[in-house]
Amino acid sequence: MNELAGAIDLLLEPESWKGSDGLWTQLVEQVLLTVTALVLVLVVGLPLALWLGHRGRGGTFAINVSNVGRAVPVFAVLGLLALGPIGTATLGPYGRAGLATLIALVLFGLPPVITNSYVGVREVDAEIVEAARGTGMSEWQVFRRIELPLASQMVANGVRLALVQLWATATIAALVAGPGLGNVITYGFSNNSYDYVIAGAILVAGGALVLEGLAAVVERRVDPMRRVTGSRHDGLVQMPEMTARSRDSTAAES
Amino acid sequence: MSLVADASNVAVLAADPPCYARTVNSWVCPEYVTRYAPELWEATVQHVLLTVTSVVLGLVLAVALSLAARHRPKARSLLLGSTTLVYTIPSLAMFSILAQATGLTPTTVVIGLALYSLSILVRNVLAGLDSVPDEVVEAATGLGYGRLRLLTRIEAPLALPIVMAGLRVATVSTVALVTLGTIVAYGGLGNMLANGIDDSFKAQVLTTSVLCVVLAVLLDLVIVAFARLVTPWTRGAAA
Repeated sequence: MNELAGAIDLLLEPESWKGSDGLWTQLVEQVLLTVTALVLVLVVGLPLALWLGHRGRGGTFAINVSNVGRAVPVFAVLGLLALGPIGTATLGPYGRAGLATLIALVLFGLPPVITNSYVGVREVDAEIVEAARGTGMSEWQVFRRIELPLASQMVANGVRLALVQLWATATIAALVAGPGLGNVITYGFSNNSYDYVIAGAILVAGGALVLEGLAAVVERRVDPMRRVTGSRHDGLVQMPEMTARSRDSTAAES
Repeated sequence: MSLVADASNVAVLAADPPCYARTVNSWVCPEYVTRYAPELWEATVQHVLLTVTSVVLGLVLAVALSLAARHRPKARSLLLGSTTLVYTIPSLAMFSILAQATGLTPTTVVIGLALYSLSILVRNVLAGLDSVPDEVVEAATGLGYGRLRLLTRIEAPLALPIVMAGLRVATVSTVALVTLGTIVAYGGLGNMLANGIDDSFKAQVLTTSVLCVVLAVLLDLVIVAFARLVTPWTRGAAA
């Protein structure tokens, strides 16, 4: 438990937060990486997945992207990117290997957003959608007023999973000489100073829990179905073989 | 004569260094795989052992905890809440914290990864048990099934497909996460991956990365085959 006390001393000591390799720099890098990657993931992934879900197309892609994302180690992708043409050049405030890290983050943030958003829209009861069309709603209105509200919980869960994944991935970047709080941990391990290992782990785990908590609060605020109880499917039960029902049959009839 | 022979040897070396040589450093290098086959094999075996031990431990704990908590709403939400928290903690931080108790040992990796597997599996075990229709349970109870026989003969088989789906996800994720065990020196293929990255050894990085993915796919296929074997009645529905 000496290490724990040492780690707390380290975290409370203002000196350890200062400097170009101080805790503050690493924390800012990690937060910047996570936020930037989340924005990119949302800008790229959300419209694509929601559109695919609305059209009922690309289900195989939307489902399997998560299976692939799980099977490929983050560490391997970071290594391949860092040794490849992108390299470990410093990218502005994102630090060393900033671009490689950012690309890896986006690649691992996209799958949960794409799969959950797609499945969320697809699982909206087809009869409700038909009824909405029957009342004369345009495709955009069907999407905006019916599908999106009903899918919002699944979408929000996907975004929350992505956020946690991004934070974890940003931590691993330190293993390939990248930026972020992982450096505090790797520094501690390679110098046998376990104060640093614990201090880093506290910051990383604490940051993840704060993000998870923030996401949960935002999720509750934006969820239009929050007063509806009994919704069993929260998008967190993992089903790799979830098959996408096709809307082709109904499309052919109409 | 010897001079000539040496010269020709040098010529051969200069003209044709292996693709894993520092001067060549190719990404794709079949000679690397044959030259380093024993090391790759050893790392793969460690990788599989770490994965299987972690997932089996996670499964046993998930089943035990789910069975204990399923009819108790408070215990149930506590279980789901705490496993969500565990799943939120990044693996690097998890291994670092556990290493203070269990040191730089395989135990550190196994406990960490078992906790992640547990977090995934608890949801699927509970969802699987919930998926058993009430009528079926009532009918079985009416036929005189006791609680144990109800669980083993009725509920367990009906819950199996959803549990197996969770087992696939847990196994595939664990194969990828084992690589990070390298922080405590037990990462299976992750150890070779880390060395490869440190030495800018491209053939090693690519080969071990590909092996990790191949391993995940193979273990996934094994579970799919096993699931079909133990739930023959789902075969028609899946097609």
